[in-house]
Amino acid sequence: MKYPWHWHILLEQEPGGSGTFIHYLLVGLGWSIVTALCAWVIALLVGSVVGTLRTTTNAWVVRIGNAYVEIFRNIPLLVQFFLWFYVFPEFLPTSIGMAVKTMPVPWVFFIPAVLCLGIFTSVRVAEQVRAGIQSLPRGQRMAGIAIGLTQSQAYRFVILPQAFRIIMPPLTSEFMNIIKNSSVAYTIGLLELTGRSRAMSEFTFQTFEAFAAATVLYLLTNLVVVVGMRLLEARVRVPGLIAAGGAPLAGH
Amino acid sequence: MSGFDWGEIERSLPYLFKVGMVFTVELTLLAMAGGIVFGTLLAMMRLSSHRVVSGVAGAYVNLMRSIPLVLVIFWFFFLVPYIGGWITRSNQPVQVGVFLSALVTFTMFEAAYYCEIMRAGIQSIARGQVWSGYALGLNYWQTMGHIVLPQAFRNMVPVLLTQTIILFQDTSLVYVISATDFLGAAAKIANRDYRLVEMYSFAAVVYFVISFSLSYVVKRLQAKIAVLR
Repeated sequence: MKYPWHWHILLEQEPGGSGTFIHYLLVGLGWSIVTALCAWVIALLVGSVVGTLRTTTNAWVVRIGNAYVEIFRNIPLLVQFFLWFYVFPEFLPTSIGMAVKTMPVPWVFFIPAVLCLGIFTSVRVAEQVRAGIQSLPRGQRMAGIAIGLTQSQAYRFVILPQAFRIIMPPLTSEFMNIIKNSSVAYTIGLLELTGRSRAMSEFTFQTFEAFAAATVLYLLTNLVVVVGMRLLEARVRVPGLIAAGGAPLAGH
Repeated sequence: MSGFDWGEIERSLPYLFKVGMVFTVELTLLAMAGGIVFGTLLAMMRLSSHRVVSGVAGAYVNLMRSIPLVLVIFWFFFLVPYIGGWITRSNQPVQVGVFLSALVTFTMFEAAYYCEIMRAGIQSIARGQVWSGYALGLNYWQTMGHIVLPQAFRNMVPVLLTQTIILFQDTSLVYVISATDFLGAAAKIANRDYRLVEMYSFAAVVYFVISFSLSYVVKRLQAKIAVLR
């Protein structure tokens, strides 16, 4: 049982004429990272707002926040991609729907992918933000109100700055998840790293070289993220606190 | 959009559930069983005082957790036939069905996640429990099997089930190897009849209802266990 290894394939020209295969894969990694970063901006913004609202005392705001989280947590990511890509444009007014569907490649794939990943991850960020806020002693909020801050000032100056530092480690793993999850965008046509390694294996039949190269690129990316986030964590650490956040165990 | 066609969903119900959902549920349950067994072994290896053993398990878990599931599915889809050929000493890759390939993938992949859960479970048991086991004259496997693992497992049931709900959702990714799971069945009908809106909306609703109800059950279970302890 022999597999014909041919590592040199990585330096050969890819049929699209854009350069070598390794260059083709690196561009794919670029798309994975750009998609993940754009989605991360949405996830952080929406997730922080939703997570914070779920800790307020207004019952209806909390209920709406909970409903948002439950909807996007209980539908598989791939199905959400299909909803954004195939279903959502059909519910827009006809002219806008057509404009969305006829956007030039790769934006027609990229924009739904960013929206989908951003909203999907915002739910996880919201859970972390809520957990972070609730892990603070009640006295913090009370002390804020007692010295004359309004409810929103107490959040802005007392609660959130501490909560975000506490949840740095789980947010790091969410960021690594968003890079990994960007691979699902390949199913709607975005040629990111996984999609390109699959395409390379179809062009050349050197399947394992293509997947091995993609695997190594993902591992290197993870390494960079972990090291970068550790440096950031060390810089923003609250003196006197044991820096550790309680991430939920189950997850991807 | 030419009106939402409810009849389309109704007509495809037998195919969606008898073919698609059966595939999804079978894959989820078997991969859960295999994943928990292999994951528990990995957790015991990771906690071993033997550095090579814990190193190997740690490397495996970190590797699986660092690469996307879609890529892992591709890896095993092409790797399993070669492994089969190697086992049977054949010169050709062995043809394996999509189901077996998916089952191997999810068992191996989820084991890494179940491992981390079981490791936390084992570490939550008081050290004195292990010592009392040894003091009674039990060996390592007896101590693990009769004392530590039953407690660790029991403490971790809610988290293991939550992970299984994620596994249930993740099985939809077998779409990339054209398997006919629930989503795959919906996609095939959607493309055949050009009814993507109906089929994908319906698939989303079904996944939501199942996952949401299961999470609710897990939440109730968690409350119950918390009271008992």
